[in-house]
Amino acid sequence: MKTNLYNYILELADNCLIGGQRLGELCGHGPSLETDIACTNISLDLFGQTRSYFQYAADIKGGDATEDSIAFLRYEREYKNVLLVEQPNRDFAYTIARQYLFDVFHLLLLEKLQFSQDMTLSAIAKKSIKEVSYHVRFSGDWVKRLGDGTEESHEKMQAAIDGLWTYTNELFEVTEEAKALAEQGIGVDVSKLKETYYQNVTSLLQEATLTVPESKYFQKGGKAGIHTEHMGYLLADMQYMQRAYPNMNW
Amino acid sequence: MSEAQLKDLEEIFEQRIANDEKIEPKDWMPEKYRKTHIRQISQHAHSEIVGMLPEGNWITRAPSLRRKVALLAKVQDEAGHGLYLYSACETLGISRDELYDQLHSGKAKYSSIFNYPTITWADMGAIGWLVDGAAIINQVPLCNTSYGPYARAMIRVCKEESFHQRQGFEIMMSLCNGTEVQKQMAQDALNRWWWPSLMMLGPVDAESVHTEQSMKWKLKRKTNDELRQQFIDQTVPQADILGITVPDPDLKWNEETGHYDFGEIDWDEFWQVVKGHGPCNKERMNARVGAWEEGTWVRDAAMAYAEKQQNKKENQAKAV
Repeated sequence: MKTNLYNYILELADNCLIGGQRLGELCGHGPSLETDIACTNISLDLFGQTRSYFQYAADIKGGDATEDSIAFLRYEREYKNVLLVEQPNRDFAYTIARQYLFDVFHLLLLEKLQFSQDMTLSAIAKKSIKEVSYHVRFSGDWVKRLGDGTEESHEKMQAAIDGLWTYTNELFEVTEEAKALAEQGIGVDVSKLKETYYQNVTSLLQEATLTVPESKYFQKGGKAGIHTEHMGYLLADMQYMQRAYPNMNW
Repeated sequence: MSEAQLKDLEEIFEQRIANDEKIEPKDWMPEKYRKTHIRQISQHAHSEIVGMLPEGNWITRAPSLRRKVALLAKVQDEAGHGLYLYSACETLGISRDELYDQLHSGKAKYSSIFNYPTITWADMGAIGWLVDGAAIINQVPLCNTSYGPYARAMIRVCKEESFHQRQGFEIMMSLCNGTEVQKQMAQDALNRWWWPSLMMLGPVDAESVHTEQSMKWKLKRKTNDELRQQFIDQTVPQADILGITVPDPDLKWNEETGHYDFGEIDWDEFWQVVKGHGPCNKERMNARVGAWEEGTWVRDAAMAYAEKQQNKKENQAKAV
């Protein structure tokens, strides 16, 4: 089995899976029907991408592996998503901030991944770029609305950016697998996206009249499977059926 | 306007309805027609929005990625239905905020079925199969109703509902073809959802206060009892295909009438739920009111931002 490639796919896909799961929690509870529909849309896109990645990963793994066994039957320490995407929906500002801080990275990543020497990854990236371009626009517009809206929304948006900023640096951590695959032209060296990322984010936050956090202290661990305390509950929910009723078709 | 003029308008209006012409928002209509439509269309819109909650309850726990995506898409469709039904309602001169107020204050009703809890995955199948099945029977005739915006909204709603119904049946089918535990789950869901689905088609004709007028305006084309019979006749054979049993010992095919005879419906339960005392009435309302209240600052921000942008544009235009 191509272990590096398999692990790398999980690194890409788990962000979509866990981010999609967080957005899915909100369905029916949004601040307006329009935002409800939009957030569900983004969640649907992310799960669609997840399925493409995991179907490929299941092929690579072989045996009994399926998209669902990979999605639902791993232990917490085996999930490779960044800490940012597992952060809870504390309020709508947190949801938007989490989404925006991830979307900007996600688009930059896909824009490189589309040139991957691996045809499947390249195809998934090309298809996803269209979707994620919309995600960035949606979340970016809302960062502006909330940042430059009312005093209350400004405060809430600033608090969310401040709270989540500590998780941004992990996006650019290069794992062993990613490094090896980047050298072969298959993966993306995410460390090279860092400068553009912070430039883009800074410029939008300023436009939104928000202060760019200056903290130099960052959290990491997700890519190595060391998650925040929120992750266990998210998985307990997500894996409930597969754990309670093992080996059944639905 | 004199009484004679008003009478003329009313006569022309009734004639148009009799000719199957569509009434459009700017056309003259009797005040009662307007009010009745606001009541029914908004009730329908509220049902879509509240109906998102029992199914939304399973999105995070759906058993496979395929099911999760289908469920998300379905609940999103319901939000979409709510959106165009509210829009259709707004053409009658009422705002969405007023409509929400009516829902949140308990003045407006929504379908009582959504006050039942979704406690297993099979409930996602049963809701699609039975609840959406009953909804379609109720709604298909509305595609020809007299009020144009409502009729047009219903055409789209019905297409999507029929997809949901098949999706629900397919969930039931997977369960019924599965392990013993899955079959039990399917049977249990049918047991819990069967009677509320029959009640969903409304009180018996003798007690339905709006039926007569609504039939005249083609806002309703069949009576509640007719619709209920149609639902039963169509659903019982489907339960047979699934290999599960409808929980009604009196259910029997009647050769003479060409319909199924069925047992007594517990109308006390129906009225208890309609009056706000079902298993989840409070939860559903708290969820809707909570989402609305917690969203106030977000909606205020969007308005404030839009205003600022507009001012900027105007100032720039002035400067030029």
